[in-house]
Amino acid sequence: MCRGVYWGFRGRDMAKLVMTEDETMLADSARGFLDSEAPVKALRDLRDAGKTHDAALWKKMADMGWAGVLVPESAGGSDMGSAAANVLAHEMGKTLVVSPFLSTAVIAATALRQVSDARAEAALAKIATGDVTYALAVDEGSKFDPNAVQMTAKADGNGFRLSGKKQFVVDGGLADRLLVLARTDNGLSLFDIPADRAGVTRDASNMIDDRDAARITFEDVEATGEDLLGTVDQAMDVLRPALQAGQAALAAEMSGLTAGAFGMTVGYLKERKQFGIEIGRFQALQHRAAHLWCEIEVTASAILHAGRMLDHDPENAALAVSLAKARATATAQLAVQEGVQMHGGIGMTDAFDMGFYMKRARVGAEWLGDYSYHAEQVAALRGF
Amino acid sequence: MSGNQTVEAFRAELRGWLEENCPQEMRDGGMSEDAICWGGTQWTFSSPAQKDWLERAAAKGYTVPTWPVEYGGAGLNRDEEKVFHEEMARINARSPLQSFGIWMLGPALLHFGTHEQKLHYLPPIARGEIRWCQGYSEPGAGSDLASVQTKGEDQGDHWLVNGQKIWTSYADKADWIFALIRTDKDAPKHKGISFLLIDMNDPGVETRPIKMISGISPFCETFFSDVKVPKHQIVGEENRGWDVAKYLLTHEREMISAGGAGLSGGGRALGAILAESAGEEGLTDATLRADAMRCEIDALAIGLTLERYKDQSEAGQGAGDASAMLKYMGTELNKQRHELLMNAGGSDALEWDGPLGNRAGDWLRTKANSIEGGTSEVMLSIVSRRVLGLPG
Repeated sequence: MCRGVYWGFRGRDMAKLVMTEDETMLADSARGFLDSEAPVKALRDLRDAGKTHDAALWKKMADMGWAGVLVPESAGGSDMGSAAANVLAHEMGKTLVVSPFLSTAVIAATALRQVSDARAEAALAKIATGDVTYALAVDEGSKFDPNAVQMTAKADGNGFRLSGKKQFVVDGGLADRLLVLARTDNGLSLFDIPADRAGVTRDASNMIDDRDAARITFEDVEATGEDLLGTVDQAMDVLRPALQAGQAALAAEMSGLTAGAFGMTVGYLKERKQFGIEIGRFQALQHRAAHLWCEIEVTASAILHAGRMLDHDPENAALAVSLAKARATATAQLAVQEGVQMHGGIGMTDAFDMGFYMKRARVGAEWLGDYSYHAEQVAALRGF
Repeated sequence: MSGNQTVEAFRAELRGWLEENCPQEMRDGGMSEDAICWGGTQWTFSSPAQKDWLERAAAKGYTVPTWPVEYGGAGLNRDEEKVFHEEMARINARSPLQSFGIWMLGPALLHFGTHEQKLHYLPPIARGEIRWCQGYSEPGAGSDLASVQTKGEDQGDHWLVNGQKIWTSYADKADWIFALIRTDKDAPKHKGISFLLIDMNDPGVETRPIKMISGISPFCETFFSDVKVPKHQIVGEENRGWDVAKYLLTHEREMISAGGAGLSGGGRALGAILAESAGEEGLTDATLRADAMRCEIDALAIGLTLERYKDQSEAGQGAGDASAMLKYMGTELNKQRHELLMNAGGSDALEWDGPLGNRAGDWLRTKANSIEGGTSEVMLSIVSRRVLGLPG
């Protein structure tokens, strides 16, 4: 029974939970571009060619302003905000587009904008033009946990010496630069260094989703004060907003891949015949598909809300972001599992695209915090 | 003034009014069943404060804040409505009045009723003077609601109604009933139903409460024997009652789902409630804690979905068959929440009126959530056909 008590989750000046006209137009134009330039077949072709990156595609995306979506106009970006970045990520997710969008245009750009100096401004300008790519190196174990970082950055004269190992550095095999989280004397610090600096060894990981990731070893790598992003021992001032923007955009990408997998599945239910009728006539399958649609709708709200919070009230966005990433993870995993099951044997074949969706969903689930990690964040923020 | 200034001016005015008019005793959230004020001619106020609060709120139109002023509301727009609920929640105010008249019949009358009907029926609902119940289900018409058999024979200036309804919530306490009556037995089942308003005091109307597994009897059987219903007591056109019924059902489903999303808890986290009831050591049961986290995540996201659909409908973007989805997700969640509350309570939750009050009764009551107003399975079938376009 309704007790008639409304509970105001959002601040009252918050933009509404409706796609704006600009956002709808952005989604439509992105879809048009990606359908011709980056359908799922593009991923398959890259995989078959043994590649994990398409530099020409990224250049075209940069020319369309996507690389600069979070770069200030002063540095040549379009500064459209997180909700717009999420719209792009969602569209990319639908066809499993391979690009360094999240690592570079979302995470690195957000980190760099927290620092106001000429060097950061120059780096942002290069991001906007697509002339530099970044990867974020945080994880050291099999689970995301920035606070568990053991890699050290020992003070050495005016600079530091970095030593340690990172894994699951997404886009880290090919990125031009690395954002590296390391332990300094009294906390964590974030460094922005070129990936080819002496002492950095990159070992490309052979990932199930056919995307770029690497295990990286740092042996006594020199870093100057210039390479420090933000204040020493205060990495989280810079990293937290970057992680939140990345987590929200990843959630949006996963909702896109969910939509892609779901669309294929519902289409198949309408076409495939067994026992002389379309399998979509069977109530057992109808109800499973309907349940999945309900989960997708609920997750969409959490993602839209996260974008609004990041754009309008970033200081208080943590709950919204973890909610979005947790929901997107759970829904994507359900969508790909149902997708394979409802397709039957053909869903298990490499020739069919569903497997690509399943594998990307698995990687997305782990990146930047899995369901458990974000559920713990929600629990802490909700007082239990 | 800009829109925002107007809204903030309204907030300031409302805050002052609430400060002056909402009795202290009515600022406890009022979540328990006996804290609710249902109104009606049989209503006994639980305290003078409950009576004062209803009368003062009704005089301002605040029992039905979004209804037009001429029908007993305050005519608030969506932004003002949000402010209204925020300010009510801020002082933990009880809702001054709740009823099926407000949640269900009111919206249907506002949409399908004539001006005269609105003037006649809505203000007494807003003032809590007349309490309504819903005559939909029948022994042979549950999920297949459109197969109702209670018939109304055309007698010129009235219909002669005969038949039986079941699961009529609070029929024994209601003054009037809105009912689906078959007025054309030869038409296809959806096309022969009329939406009639019937006075429960009319000769031939009888109610019998049904004792439920929760120990209480909120539901009744309602019998009609040669009940004369004047022709002007129809909402919408003759034999087009299914349109009204469907419209009303979407409101009922949204109402039920709002309860399930935990919005009724004033935004309190389930985990926090569980931790509190677990005592000083907090929520240490790892399995229960994990279940509570999942539930909390879903509750927050469903709450946001309610918000999103309201924003969409205000922006003129059709939300399709959102009510079926919200009803399904909200009620399934509510059942889970109450399962967790029972788990957390352990054997303390197993006694009627035991150390945890009516926790067991509340838990049992939630089992009806996914049945009443359309079962979860019916909701999924609606989504499957109308949203996904899967073949019937």
